[in-house]
Amino acid sequence: MSILVFAEHDNSELKSDTLKTVAAAQAIGGDIHLLVAGHNCQAVAEAASKVNGVSKVLVADNAAYEHQLAENVSLLVTELAADYSHILATALTTGKNFMPRVAALLDVAQISDIIAVESSDTFVRPIYAGNAIATVQSLDSKKVITVRSTGFDAVATDGNAEIVAVDKVTDAGISSHVNDELSVSERPDLGAASIVISGGRGMQNGENFKLLEGIADKLGAAIGASRAAVDAGFVPNDMQVGQTGKIVAPDLYIAVGISGAIQHLAGMKDSKVIVAINKDAEAPIFQVADYGLVADLFDALPELESKL
Amino acid sequence: MKVLVPIKRVIDYNVKVRVKADNSNVDLANVKMAINPFCEIAVEEAVRLKEAGIATEVIAVSIGNKSCQEQLRTALALGADRAIQIETDENLDSINVAKLLQKIVEEEQPQLVILGKQSIDSDNNQTGQMLAALTGMAQGTFASAVNVDGDKVNVTREVDSGLQTIALTLPAIVTTDLRLNEPRYASLPNIMKAKRKPLDVKSAADFGIDLTARTNLIKVTPPAQRKAGIIVESIDELVEKLKNEAKVIS
Repeated sequence: MSILVFAEHDNSELKSDTLKTVAAAQAIGGDIHLLVAGHNCQAVAEAASKVNGVSKVLVADNAAYEHQLAENVSLLVTELAADYSHILATALTTGKNFMPRVAALLDVAQISDIIAVESSDTFVRPIYAGNAIATVQSLDSKKVITVRSTGFDAVATDGNAEIVAVDKVTDAGISSHVNDELSVSERPDLGAASIVISGGRGMQNGENFKLLEGIADKLGAAIGASRAAVDAGFVPNDMQVGQTGKIVAPDLYIAVGISGAIQHLAGMKDSKVIVAINKDAEAPIFQVADYGLVADLFDALPELESKL
Repeated sequence: MKVLVPIKRVIDYNVKVRVKADNSNVDLANVKMAINPFCEIAVEEAVRLKEAGIATEVIAVSIGNKSCQEQLRTALALGADRAIQIETDENLDSINVAKLLQKIVEEEQPQLVILGKQSIDSDNNQTGQMLAALTGMAQGTFASAVNVDGDKVNVTREVDSGLQTIALTLPAIVTTDLRLNEPRYASLPNIMKAKRKPLDVKSAADFGIDLTARTNLIKVTPPAQRKAGIIVESIDELVEKLKNEAKVIS
């Protein structure tokens, strides 16, 4: 069996989630190749070659792949697919975008967001916002899979894989990139942070999120938000933790002014330790919190910052 | 232009699901069902395109047994012009849903297909992308803004690092994110009017597609329960516990 893993990157840096997706590939078992599709992405290829357990890095470096448009990348992956029994990508927005397209082009089902591998054809994935866990067997000859990174531990980066250029250019010519509006933050990436502090509707406005910043700085934490906080315009959408936002599983998750709706819990309830600060003692968040503090966040946050 | 909106009947998003005792699936007997929230946003977007004079006709389509007609009537009450039900009792994999929708796209020739980005039951996030692949159309997934501009559509997408805008050649597929719009409520007169709007029923079997299941659901189990936590009395106690008991901060 050979497994193709799509490397998650931004053309300059290999994302650490790829190391977890490779771990999922190792759990399946077989010869693992990493595909780096991008433009001017040599640095990513170098980093990919060091990923433990990978025997070969395929590099498709072309302007057609610069923004990893689904139409172009899916054609590339579909062309390469003949040599592989499994094709894996991380269940982040890039993988979620192009992988189902690959599956359809190959006429197979996709298994989304797996959190565990039972065997080479059977996988475990959450359904219903994480309120049920399904064990699913793929009956297709080729398995197209996206991997939830919180389900796997990153592999080491002490490998030495061969780098091979792929000169296929597949430009569907039906889509183009216009522009990006990226959030700039000095803080750790939400998905990879070991501590996350999130604010919800209880923060009342965007200005008050500053109360979280001092604490986040002291803890080296990333800042997240509930949907209510994003919808109310307090913070940008890429900070949303939940069923439809980012899935996180840090060592410590601090939920501030978040009631704990099903959809929010879906994104954080696999955190190792959960702390809830809420003035409503009946808030559902307290049912999953290891440590709960019933208090007004406007009193609690400054005090917490001063005590760290 | 014609806009096609596939919608799905799912468990209401507020309901806490229960896994059946025999672990065969979740228990949907006597549970409140509703239109998938993302599909509702798709309907709203299509109706707004019509109100803006861009769309000429909005067609809602759903695949399932007779009960999904309820959700189609909801879509009609929200402003869709007509509806198509593809009748089947099977629980279809996304690839087979996409294949049925491909047939409807071939029949109706819409310029834009708007779907929800995922259904809140299976959480697959696949169908729109698969339909795009099968029809050879461009795709704008996780859309938070859709602007039709001549023979192109500009779609702003919610991506991990912020927002990304792409331009797609029409006809194209768009899947909705939560921030695309705020769906309206159906008024009583519109609910009454919706009862008289056309709703075609087609049988999935008549499309001649092999709908054999590609996946086998082996079991469904409840997630691991977290052990009950404690309520601390003060910030001092909280910091002390995090340092010395949980050892997650230093």
